[in-house]
Amino acid sequence: MSVIEVQGVSRSFVVRRKVGWLGRERETVHAVRDLHFGVERGEMVGYIGPNGAGKSTTIKMLTGILVPTSGRLTVAGMVPSTQRTALARRIGVVFGQRTTLWWDLPLRDSFDLLRRIYRIPDARYRANMATFTELLDLAEILDTPVRQLSLGQRMRGDIAAALLHDPEVVYLDEPTIGLDVISKSSLRDFLRETNRERGVTILLTTHDLVDIEQLCSRVMVIDKGSLVFDGSLDGLHALGDARRTLVVDLVEPGEPIRSLGADTVKVEGPRQWLTFAADTSAAPLVADIARRYQVADLSILEPSIEDVIKQMYTRTPREG
Amino acid sequence: MVDAARSDLRAYAVLAWMWIRVSLTYRTSFAIMTIGQFLITGLDFVAILVMFSNVDSLGGFSLAEIAFLYGGSALCLGCADLVLGNIERLGQRIRMGTFDVMLVRPVSAYIQMCADQFALRRLGRITQAGVVFAWAIVALDIDWTWARVAMIPYLVVFGTVIFLALFTIGAAVQFWTSDASELANAFTYGGSTLAEYPMTIYPLEAVKALTFVLPLTFVNWYPSLFILDKPDPLGLPSAVQFAAPVAAAVLSLAAATCWRAGIRRYRSTGS
Repeated sequence: MSVIEVQGVSRSFVVRRKVGWLGRERETVHAVRDLHFGVERGEMVGYIGPNGAGKSTTIKMLTGILVPTSGRLTVAGMVPSTQRTALARRIGVVFGQRTTLWWDLPLRDSFDLLRRIYRIPDARYRANMATFTELLDLAEILDTPVRQLSLGQRMRGDIAAALLHDPEVVYLDEPTIGLDVISKSSLRDFLRETNRERGVTILLTTHDLVDIEQLCSRVMVIDKGSLVFDGSLDGLHALGDARRTLVVDLVEPGEPIRSLGADTVKVEGPRQWLTFAADTSAAPLVADIARRYQVADLSILEPSIEDVIKQMYTRTPREG
Repeated sequence: MVDAARSDLRAYAVLAWMWIRVSLTYRTSFAIMTIGQFLITGLDFVAILVMFSNVDSLGGFSLAEIAFLYGGSALCLGCADLVLGNIERLGQRIRMGTFDVMLVRPVSAYIQMCADQFALRRLGRITQAGVVFAWAIVALDIDWTWARVAMIPYLVVFGTVIFLALFTIGAAVQFWTSDASELANAFTYGGSTLAEYPMTIYPLEAVKALTFVLPLTFVNWYPSLFILDKPDPLGLPSAVQFAAPVAAAVLSLAAATCWRAGIRRYRSTGS
């Protein structure tokens, strides 16, 4: 059985809007509609979508904070909306924008409180603290009150806090938001290791597609409340029919190159840009061009996942 | 059920103890805050003393009798305030989105809200009320019977429960309007101030309202009538003087219902 099962889950809100002087209009907004997906134990899944697409609503329903309007969902065999506090022992949550730690307490005291609240056995607590202190480099900041920590330090503390009680499933809501490049990279290393070594299932929302490329074998894309893609990164590339780009430097400027299903999209002196379908090999194209033109240099640009997703969002029909 | 209650109490103790430790790391500041609370809340009683330098009785009550009413009400309010005084910050937490954090922990959100930022300095208010209450008990010429002696802890316990329930209802309202804490304060702190004076100074309609609608007369007024052997201006049967547990139970039930409804609303609207 999948550790997360979501079947036909929808969530709508009634919003009241002021109309004119006294009038009020009720409007139903569908934050999420008819979601279907399952996550297997030990998977690391990226969950992406533009702001307001329904990512946070989904996470809130998976933790039990928010009750679905319709549909069925289970996490670790439990129904979050009715078994919220029991489920809390088996999941970990990191809200990137706000801390789950106690603002005024030193990090060490926050961890100690969590140990008592979650009733973590002493041996497990010591072992986990030792691991996280080393891997997340916490030693220097353990005695600092949370409000004095930098964003990166706080995030490390938050992630350790979410993992202290050995949860089976961890939701990370934008864990890398606002972090510098080095912090991001060491955080990703840690998450990869946690996922592999501890078998923790991780669902990660992010705006940073590098997170997805480096961490997740599977990605789900949500847009305007509906799941528009669920599959591998390669599949996402194929679906977005993004094109690869071949940059050709000719010895001398010339006419736009014509070759084997490639489109010449730009010419700048001797340099020309040709695009071709991402799922075809570059070899025959390169061979053909090298045979017919005087080529000084060649390079291939892969489509960025960002382009793919941008394309995907613009393609799904907009409403209203 | 019993297990859940025990684990909730344990979680409350763990959280409260942590805040006590934090406040004790800054001992001077803690001492100043506590003494400050003692003095500021004491000003209420100073006002009564000033009044009694001009009059000999108020509504048929002497200074010591009013000190008894004042001490009883303030002590109950102080105890309730110590236990869950910061629950009124619920609206603020909802606005900032930090209430969600409490919903993903394996302890009831109510317990977490009650224990949040537990402030031991509130002992200042309790001490001040306790001093006035104790002085009144000594100064008054009470005809002590076992029933009257037992009525003292009875008053403190059920009066505290009544205020706990009122604080909870006031906080639960913030699930609907997140800036209602001022309104809630009018009922709790304001209500306790009303109860510091004898009901004989208020119009009968107001006393009825304070008995049957917002049952603050059960905190200290009715128990005091029994202890001080005074007539009830409403002329209700004498059993009413012992009805504090009933009022406390009804209010607690109302509070639990409000809180649950509030949580349900929050979890179905996400705001």
